[in-house]
Amino acid sequence: MRAGDASAQAAFAKASDYLERQPLVANHRPLSWITNHVCRIVEQPAPLWWWVSTIIFGAVAALTPAMLTYLVATGVGVWGLNVPVCWAWDITNFVFWIGIGHAGTLISAILFLTRQKWRTSINRSAEAMTIFAVICAGIFPAFHVGRIWFAWFLFPIPNANAIWQNFRSPLLWDVFAVSTYFTVSLIFWYLGLIPDLASLRDRATTRFRQMAYGLLSLGWRGSNRQWTHYEKAYLILAGISTPLVLSVHSVVSFDFATSVVPGWHTTIFPPYFVAGAIFGGFAMVLTLLIPFRELYGLHDLVTDKHIDNMCKIVLLTGSLVGYAYSMEFFIAWYSGNPFEIYAFTNRAFGPYWWAYWSMITCNVVAPQLFWFKYCRQNPWVVLAIVMFPNTGMWFERFVIIVTSIHRDFLPSSWGYFSPTWVDITLFIGTIGLFVFLFLLFVRFLPMITMFEVKNVTPEADPHHPDEHAGHRQHGNNSQPAKAHA
Amino acid sequence: MSQRPSTLHGLGAEFPSASALLHAAEKIQSMGFRRWDVYSPFPIHGMDHAMGFKRSRVSLFSLLGGITGLSTAFALIYYTSAINYPLIVQGKPYFALEPSMPIFFELTVLLTAFGTIIGLLLLTLMPRLHHPVFNWDRFKRVTDDGFFLVLEATDPRFDPDSSRKLLTEIGGTYISEIHHDPELDPHPARPEMEPAP
Repeated sequence: MRAGDASAQAAFAKASDYLERQPLVANHRPLSWITNHVCRIVEQPAPLWWWVSTIIFGAVAALTPAMLTYLVATGVGVWGLNVPVCWAWDITNFVFWIGIGHAGTLISAILFLTRQKWRTSINRSAEAMTIFAVICAGIFPAFHVGRIWFAWFLFPIPNANAIWQNFRSPLLWDVFAVSTYFTVSLIFWYLGLIPDLASLRDRATTRFRQMAYGLLSLGWRGSNRQWTHYEKAYLILAGISTPLVLSVHSVVSFDFATSVVPGWHTTIFPPYFVAGAIFGGFAMVLTLLIPFRELYGLHDLVTDKHIDNMCKIVLLTGSLVGYAYSMEFFIAWYSGNPFEIYAFTNRAFGPYWWAYWSMITCNVVAPQLFWFKYCRQNPWVVLAIVMFPNTGMWFERFVIIVTSIHRDFLPSSWGYFSPTWVDITLFIGTIGLFVFLFLLFVRFLPMITMFEVKNVTPEADPHHPDEHAGHRQHGNNSQPAKAHA
Repeated sequence: MSQRPSTLHGLGAEFPSASALLHAAEKIQSMGFRRWDVYSPFPIHGMDHAMGFKRSRVSLFSLLGGITGLSTAFALIYYTSAINYPLIVQGKPYFALEPSMPIFFELTVLLTAFGTIIGLLLLTLMPRLHHPVFNWDRFKRVTDDGFFLVLEATDPRFDPDSSRKLLTEIGGTYISEIHHDPELDPHPARPEMEPAP
């Protein structure tokens, strides 16, 4: 009996080692450590690498206005677009960037509603990424209209032509979806920033910083009469952002799905686009967070567990995307429609075969490495792997857009699209703009949501059993620390 | 102790943890105080109940925003497509629900977000850049790791001496008087305070 008890106890101890949740803030850091550790990024002089990279990416970002000026001054023909390929890199880049934004809203809204507490240390930077990605995305449709000075025709403003927008067109839905998405993301992001801006205000050592962060934090004082409304507002914004984020990429996919072009006219598009957006977005979150975590020593806040979780989401959504690719082929064959079958055969084995197989390799094959724990636990391996989805999701949009229209119904009008130097330079410019804006963000705003991270520490739980003495021993996130009791 | 009673905003006390602040708030609430508040670096679970708050009314503003958004979208599409300039496009009806859904949805979401943020600002009286609690030097830690409770002098049960004793009894430390800044604050406390019942 005794021996049986002992072995059962040993088995229990072993099991509870596995079962005990890893703390969300490693090393049981106290509240003030979190404030200090996040605020010092903003408060201390910028390190040399920040100046070097900001100047480099700022210079690359300057290519964006340069190329746009050239485009407006010369005409939209400086892009390689021509019949039959009238949408190519412009719309590819638009869908690519807008998709990246989706991970930010997913982390801030959907993971909030599903009470995934690990989101707290990554949501701020992911939401910032969303906003910058949507800024990069908006450039392309705005300028692809050709005569940018008429872009206001997109909005229902009474005008001398006395003609209104065509509300039956998915392109107009897109205008509303993307502008709503940007505005709501910005409001949600700013709402989350208010208490943390107040932290920066209260720590300010110069009058200028005190004034600037004081104005931005709207006089926040952390009173419970404020928190009660704040939490409600945050919950409602999370609640409406959840269907919003699902709708945005669905509406983007309607641009294609409501047409009659084989390869575009597919009912699978909305969920397929949303899964792809989350996939590409999480890959980009990891791409940005892993280097900044190293550079700023944020290992206790963005723990290996966070990276592990994100890798699993990349694996899941990557597999969903792979399923969608195969289902498209199945439906093309099953439809018996020769045009549909040709569009998909042409995708994989036609002149753009290289883009298709790059897409498959990057989006379906590479993420499968995340089945292995070694790959998820080693940040540099993760960084190397997520570069594949980053590239692959761009190829996915290129494949969908260009391979579907370069060979349409009349073989006499078939063509082959090649980008011009303006296409390529403008895309590089938006990558520069994206990273440049992110570098400014980490320098001037708290890149980790301090108040939410504090809220998932054991100290924050008012019913924590040993709040005064023992909270350093157990790091169970906001659960009573009794795993070994 | 009160040389300038007219400038007294209230008495502040600091507590060591979220849990201590919650228990203190329960006691203050049970004693019938009305004009008081707790301050913390993060929202404390159960504090709304301890302070006897009802549900936040932000959701009402969200609902109003959402209704405005949906009706705006309907009016906009119906007026422009079916009344003001009916135009046949691809043989589709001038107005139909199906193609209007995305815009109905987006404008509803957009104006719900506006309603929510307006409701939040109205209900929390933000932006208010100046407040007497900022005059308390320890208060800077409220956005770091400080937990505070402030009893306001305008509360009918407030009395400088007995309230100070009360705050000590419920575990408050660094109990301090918080004063208005008469030049900056246009609403100083009433000069004559009612005695505590």
